[in-house]
Amino acid sequence: MTELVLTRHNAMIDPLLHAWGWEIPVYLFLGGLIGGTMMITGYILLKGRHRENSCVCSVLPLVGLALLSVGMLALFLDLEHKLYVWRLYTTFQFSSPMSWGAWILLLVYPALAVAWLVRLPAFLRVGQVGRLADALAESPRAIWAIGYVNLALGGMLGIYTGVLLSSLGSRPFWNSALLGVLFLLSGLSAAAAFVHMIAWDRTERELLARADNIFISLELVTLMLFLTGLLTSGASHQAAAALVLGGPFTAVFWVGVVGLGLVIPLVLQSLAVTHRTLHSAIVPVMVIAGSLVLRFVFVYAGQYSHWL
Amino acid sequence: MARFGMALDTTKCVGCMDCVVACKTENQVPEGFNRDWIAYQTDGLYPTLHMEIRSERCNHCDQPPCVECCPTGASHVEDFGKIVLVTENECIGCKACVASCPYEARFINPKGYADKCTFCNHRVEQGLDPACVSVCPTHCMTFGDLDDPQSAVSRQLAARRHHALKPDAGTEPRIFYLT
Repeated sequence: MTELVLTRHNAMIDPLLHAWGWEIPVYLFLGGLIGGTMMITGYILLKGRHRENSCVCSVLPLVGLALLSVGMLALFLDLEHKLYVWRLYTTFQFSSPMSWGAWILLLVYPALAVAWLVRLPAFLRVGQVGRLADALAESPRAIWAIGYVNLALGGMLGIYTGVLLSSLGSRPFWNSALLGVLFLLSGLSAAAAFVHMIAWDRTERELLARADNIFISLELVTLMLFLTGLLTSGASHQAAAALVLGGPFTAVFWVGVVGLGLVIPLVLQSLAVTHRTLHSAIVPVMVIAGSLVLRFVFVYAGQYSHWL
Repeated sequence: MARFGMALDTTKCVGCMDCVVACKTENQVPEGFNRDWIAYQTDGLYPTLHMEIRSERCNHCDQPPCVECCPTGASHVEDFGKIVLVTENECIGCKACVASCPYEARFINPKGYADKCTFCNHRVEQGLDPACVSVCPTHCMTFGDLDDPQSAVSRQLAARRHHALKPDAGTEPRIFYLT
């Protein structure tokens, strides 16, 4: 038996690390969601389906721009030395995922804006912007480039939100490269659910609901592989896994993330796409909420975990 | 170039906290925060007990995760003595370094930037010991160049059994505890 008493009592550090509050999980969720929307938009553009009356091309980039601004506000609120935020953009630190993220976010804005121009609403198609939008819509090469950039940047954004945590090796719960894949899949799934929820075209809704089933299934597999990785690693990693296997995060993880966020929506949506039940807005809401809870569980449990 | 480190003799340390007070005074550490602290570790079950008292601080690791994760380069390894330092006006207070440290040696200064032990680099540059080392009444701490085999700290580490904290975290800490 070991008893350790420290005379240190630093705020945010003791007795358990709690450096990151609600802002970071919210940002990671929005980052993943935006990454997912960009990948879906990119895919549709690459397939040349932007001419269809789809919400993916006409609404999604605009929603992405709005959510990105909310996400960056959350990120800014988390900073403790806010007046120095510009320091992010006077350097590039190769080994820091946060530095990568700062620059990726800067590229995401124009990529989303240009993607929105492809299906710019008619009442905004005036002046130079209107001419640019018309030129883009008529150029298959430009559409291809915009699609490709959105697909690639969306993937980078989704993966980086996971790598941001997984690179901090001193937190065993985060210390898995699967986090990048997990957060990407979770973002893709939430984005597909979002389109499923707001799309007015039935074909589009069906397509995204089917895609979401695949994303959710892959996410479940990745989540189980992640836990397997922790459980087959050393004592510190096993103790980290115990946080969601009997520890303080067990209920919220299995009920909020796995049950309500993944398994139940997967079952309901599988029934809906095979036309055994009707589509409803409940499933996408559950998927999106589950995606948010996943970030909260990971950010909070990760801070609890430590090397023994 | 030197690579500074420290050896602390746990058989001499009595946990008097002089080092803690010296650090707070020397570096004007804000109220409620500590750059160094005392750990009292008791192993075993009564009556077979073993106690180790340690003065702990930033380990100035050879593989510092706090430097690798810093998005602005504010956390850096100083050329002088390979001391890990934070440039206050480059730090954005993102707390990645706080979360990355397996020793939880960092904290956010009330002014907003990441703060931690500097090995009293302002004193060491003048040829003095860090404040904590200089005040220790039992002389349990030895500070010096780990790359110089003739330095007092290197000779102690060569002659005595010692351990570092959380070696499994893989950060190659430079604070050693003599047992």
